Amino acid sequence: MKPITFQLNGSARSVWVEPNETLLDVLRGKLGIKTPKEGCGRGDCGACTVLLDGKAVRSCLILAVEVEGQSVTTLEGVGQKGPTALQKAFIENNVFQCGFCAPGVILAASALLAENPKPSEAEVREALAGNLCRCTGYEPIVKTVLAVAKKTARQSTSRRVRS
Amino acid sequence: MSKTTVVGASPVRVDGLAKVMGSAQYVDDLDFGPGLLHAVVVESTQAHAKLKKVDISAAEKAPGVVRVITGKDFPFTFGLYMHDRYIFPQDRVRFVGEQVAAVIAETPEAALRAAKLVKVHYEPLPAVLSLSDALKKDAVLLHPKLDTYERVPWFYPQAGTNIAHWRKTRKGDVEKGFKQADYILEDTYTVPRYAHCPIEPHAVTGLYDLSGRLTLWASSQSPFAQRNVMALALKPLGLSHRDIRIVTPYVGGGFGGKAGVSMEIIAAVAAIAMKGRPVKLHWTREQEFMNTSQRQGVIARVKMGVKKSGEIVALEHTLHWDAGASAEYGANVVNAVGLSATGPYRVPNVKIDSVCVYTNMPPCGAYRGFGYSEFHFGLESHMTRVAQAIGMDPVEFRRINAIREGDTLAYGAPMNAGDLQGAIDQVAKEIRWGKPVKSKKSNTAIGKGLACFWKAPAMPPNASSAAFLKFNEDGSLNLTVSGMEIGQGFLTVMAQIASEVLTVPVEKIRVETPDTDRNPYEWQTVGSHVTWSCGNAVRAAAEEVKAKLLATVGRARKLKVKDLYLADECVKSRTDATFSMPFREFVIDGIMQPKGNFIGGPIQGSGMFMPEFTSALGDPATSQGGHPNVHYTVGCAGVILEVDKETGKTTILKAALAIDAGKAVHPELVKGQIVGGIVQGLATALYEDIRYAPNGRLLNPNFTDYKIPTALDCPQEIVPIILETPQPDGPFGARGVAEHTMIACAPMVADAIADAIGVRLQTMPLTAEKVALALRGIDYDEVKGDNLGFCFRGRPCDYSFSIAGQ
Repeated sequence: MKPITFQLNGSARSVWVEPNETLLDVLRGKLGIKTPKEGCGRGDCGACTVLLDGKAVRSCLILAVEVEGQSVTTLEGVGQKGPTALQKAFIENNVFQCGFCAPGVILAASALLAENPKPSEAEVREALAGNLCRCTGYEPIVKTVLAVAKKTARQSTSRRVRS
Repeated sequence: MSKTTVVGASPVRVDGLAKVMGSAQYVDDLDFGPGLLHAVVVESTQAHAKLKKVDISAAEKAPGVVRVITGKDFPFTFGLYMHDRYIFPQDRVRFVGEQVAAVIAETPEAALRAAKLVKVHYEPLPAVLSLSDALKKDAVLLHPKLDTYERVPWFYPQAGTNIAHWRKTRKGDVEKGFKQADYILEDTYTVPRYAHCPIEPHAVTGLYDLSGRLTLWASSQSPFAQRNVMALALKPLGLSHRDIRIVTPYVGGGFGGKAGVSMEIIAAVAAIAMKGRPVKLHWTREQEFMNTSQRQGVIARVKMGVKKSGEIVALEHTLHWDAGASAEYGANVVNAVGLSATGPYRVPNVKIDSVCVYTNMPPCGAYRGFGYSEFHFGLESHMTRVAQAIGMDPVEFRRINAIREGDTLAYGAPMNAGDLQGAIDQVAKEIRWGKPVKSKKSNTAIGKGLACFWKAPAMPPNASSAAFLKFNEDGSLNLTVSGMEIGQGFLTVMAQIASEVLTVPVEKIRVETPDTDRNPYEWQTVGSHVTWSCGNAVRAAAEEVKAKLLATVGRARKLKVKDLYLADECVKSRTDATFSMPFREFVIDGIMQPKGNFIGGPIQGSGMFMPEFTSALGDPATSQGGHPNVHYTVGCAGVILEVDKETGKTTILKAALAIDAGKAVHPELVKGQIVGGIVQGLATALYEDIRYAPNGRLLNPNFTDYKIPTALDCPQEIVPIILETPQPDGPFGARGVAEHTMIACAPMVADAIADAIGVRLQTMPLTAEKVALALRGIDYDEVKGDNLGFCFRGRPCDYSFSIAGQ
């Protein structure tokens, strides 16, 4: 066991972990963070996606000891001040069906829009290609991400996007 | 139908906020504290073997282990329609991956380590890994005690064989029909097994508390059916329905794979073994593929006779299904197809044999489409080929034969309403049928395909639904039902139906997932029947509440009930425009009288629905005389695709699908089912490709090697089309649509590939590899090797199709 400290959804958290424990298991089992889901345990499905220093990663493929000193964001941290523009649009457009992939998809899409505020449809599909959804056929997800990007770009033309 | 305001609109889903904010809980998200134990199963390495000894002594002594359970502890069988599945195998194992024992430990890691210490001694038996082996004379039997298993009366297992069920349907005189035919085509089509692949694997936590109460928190489409199956299986332990409680939070995708009971019963007995402590069983992705249920493989022989005019005069459809090691659910898929394998066509002379065959492969069960996707591949491919052979346009051929309301179905009952002609017309128009498209690239060719489909819910004749409604002080409502929200939007649709009757907005109606202790009965969420069945129950409950609202106000205000009506969450009067009594002012507290006393009280209602006209008791030899299906939903789909002649890769340019929903309660959700179903269906058609080694071991139980669609694998355009011919006994005219949307995908793709490059593929999936080989004149069957996706060895055309191997 080894203690690690990292930023979790904006607050510093310390936890004792085994060297072979995955970030997913530590988040779910030791820190009460349940939105990253386990769908395959081998990096195929993307249901366990979290943001590590802003980048979408699969928490089932990362050891908890690796995130020492870094910043981890899960869906619990995204909606703390109410739904984001992307979340609002996902709700209004009835995008998700079973919802199991939703946390991972929302984080992957958020990371994309933060890095590339005006993605093409191909870029959206590429960015979400690691997040499997068996229900929706992806169409409502892709359409909504594009619509939000378009709307946000219109609203923020005068604002500088933080790079 | 009367005009509706909420039914037919597309409000925000009632579960949308919870799912998008991350607050929706799935079974694995529930916490049970530090007392939680973890179970891991020991899996059979053999496809078929006598179980000589299960040595658990080393595992029991391993650190962290609290108990190891085997078939000696729980020698029980279970099943939905037939009790042919074993909680743990007794004398023999029947497939690679079958649970031989379960290790219960303080941590998952300890359980996993100890599971490897269980020594299982097998004495190999010949494995039945092909339909021909299963059906041959003196075949090795998987279930020597087949005739002793409890079952529903409409299953016909053949004792002394590997045939779990054989549905025969006979209408008219098929031999006479073929004599009248100007042209007859007979051929074979094969469809392999498929896996459901919900993103959430099966998970369940069981607690058998010190008072003898068994509670299971399960990822399930069927809480009440699970309770019933478990109560029957665990009766020898003294458990009954009152002792068992199933709680089902949100389900992360089902597609039929979470219907009935599979691994849940292992958690139930593990909990019973560890009285007082919760025990969790969470399937890995590999186990999700191997040991829940799969879609059955099938080899179908289709013989169709037609007149020059295009009229079908006779159809012989013989289907042999690879059911796997148990058929407790799969045999009902076989049964459903045996009743409906004419497809949505009027055929005067019909002979259907649908035969359910045990093999030493993983068990199969319900999968979105319930056998219809499988048989439509052959039947619809055949329709196009027959049309072309008699020089008729395949769409015109379908129009001529399309079933209509009042036509006599294969089993003798009349066909319900449904606009198949309209669906064909709309899809043909959408894909510009009859106007060939030439590719601008030299290495590709573009083709079009169109296929019709139909499907009825497959359910026992007494599958019923119930609903409770109660008001809260603020005039909001709680609606409790036990249909499962598996993504389709069931909860929202139920809220819409209650809203339509009671004028309470959808956002003020709370509908939660079921708990068998608190929620009213629902058979199962399968067959795309809950909008129809549970919708009727909700409507009945809402009507009861409405009557109470009116009666309470009438009595308290001394008004005639017939003058009162509901509008904008108030009781209003037709005779006094100024009268308005908001629900929130009286639905709990009642209405104050001049003397200070109150009339009324908490207003609530209940409703139920039973399809009283159905019966499964048709003649076993012909299926005539019963009314096994409640109704069919019909539709049509079409595709434009591009085939790369070098690589064989198919790109879907456009797909269109029209379905007669009766009444689309929530059109956006119906369109969601169409888009999602097409993408799932196209994946089974093009690249989902399950493979087994010759010893029966599943080779690709993961998403690296079994490809399901990603965001990059979607058609360039999908056009959903909704038709509305009301279902007279449906809520506001509605009937189900969800499963149907993948049924036409495989045959329409096969047709379009044939149209593009002249290659007719009769074995699914229609992979790039198969197309590329065919373009080079290489027969796939010659080079396919030994690792196959269905229980079949050799060439389909060499297979002896004497019915049921006789």
